[in-house]
Amino acid sequence: MCLAIPVKVVKLLDGDQATVDVGGVRKEISLALVDGIAVGDYVILHVGYAIQRLDPEEAEKTLALFAELGESMGASPA
Amino acid sequence: MKYIDEFRDGKTARVIAAAIAAEARTDRRYHIMEFCGGHTHAISRYGLSDLLPENIRLIHGPGCPVCVLPVGRIDNAIDLALDRGVILATYGDCLRVPASNGLSLLKAKAGVGNMRADVRMVYSSADALKLARDNPERQVVFFAIGFETTTPPTAVVIVQAEKLGLANFTVFCNHVLTPSAIANILESPEVRLHGTVPLDAFIGPAHVSTVIGSRPYEHFAEEYGKPVVIAGFEPLDVMQAILMLVRQLNEGRAEVENEFSRAVTREGNVKAQQLVAEVFELRKSFEWRGLNEVPYSALRIKARYAAFDAERRFGVEYRSVADNKACECGAILRGLKRPRDCKLFGTVCTPENPMGSCMVSSEGACAAHYTYGRYKDAVTA
Ligand code: SF4
Repeated sequence: MCLAIPVKVVKLLDGDQATVDVGGVRKEISLALVDGIAVGDYVILHVGYAIQRLDPEEAEKTLALFAELGESMGASPA
Repeated sequence: MKYIDEFRDGKTARVIAAAIAAEARTDRRYHIMEFCGGHTHAISRYGLSDLLPENIRLIHGPGCPVCVLPVGRIDNAIDLALDRGVILATYGDCLRVPASNGLSLLKAKAGVGNMRADVRMVYSSADALKLARDNPERQVVFFAIGFETTTPPTAVVIVQAEKLGLANFTVFCNHVLTPSAIANILESPEVRLHGTVPLDAFIGPAHVSTVIGSRPYEHFAEEYGKPVVIAGFEPLDVMQAILMLVRQLNEGRAEVENEFSRAVTREGNVKAQQLVAEVFELRKSFEWRGLNEVPYSALRIKARYAAFDAERRFGVEYRSVADNKACECGAILRGLKRPRDCKLFGTVCTPENPMGSCMVSSEGACAAHYTYGRYKDAVTA
């Protein structure tokens, strides 16, 4: 039950609710625990609630780190 | 799916694995405990242990909320549903956890003697609140369990229930706190003596940290000299965290690092924290399965919201109940044993018919190993 996933907000609804896209499936979730979410943002969804916003820039940085590691490993004949 | 698939790439996993193998010193061992059930699940599902050198051992900690709930609390929930005739709303994972007398919530729902419990599975706390609104003539109790991630949603519905003036909605609160459990493990005699369970470092929880932030772990790094890397929930996140921990250990550092910066900040989700502080307060002590009573490790509902506290409304009395003797869950939850060390594993105890709590949720060490790891055992045995 700890499993949670990043989902994309596609529509803001009344009462702190939003529609999100979960791998092509639409679902209604609560935004009661996060402020200032806009359409197009990604949030971490857990038991029906967005518990945190996902920062795309930081995600890119982490992926860049993996890419860099790949290059350095490839460059040094291990 | 975006932000999922990129973090599951097999080629990159092998690159990180190669880096780990290159940097891990052959003259030492690395004992790394992952605390989050989500990580246990990812490690088993993607076979991450197989990608690691032999001298790096991953130890599953008590990071599955279903696994750490003691039998007595499930008994309380069953009593509420059977004796008090309430509608008991609960997350699906709680249904099959073994309770006393061979019972579980699922069996109580199916009927015991001529009594049948009205147990409803909910996906979210909001569903439980809705049940109360839809059934004004019945008492609805939300059996709330979980760590810091599920606590804020419970706080939301308690505040909403008050606003709506609902007289038939209460919460049986069993929310527990991650840092207290980590502290308890570090303080345990087995770990202190260093010998039975050497623990060198921690992979910090993913989702719990989105809420509480990375700051609470600083204490562990400073006080106990154990490095912590907070990791996301996908396989590459876990691998990267292991690499970062190996580096810290090699360099003799003990710091809190954050691999999951796309969702975790130092402060965490302040709005959620404030809401939790408004509705809940610390319990002096709470029993965990496998860890016994742990001081200040759980929450209860504040007197201000007493009207929504099932323990007060129904006078719930907690009684500690010993686990099934043959079940090794307690030792597994403290990192002392592995699932295959249990005699019941895979024979008497399976996910369809769990004897212990670790076999229930897919994030439990036994269930994760049963689903993804046991064939490997058969080959290498
Ligand atoms: S295999 Fe079953 S009985 Fe054994 S420790 Fe795991 S959950 Fe308990």
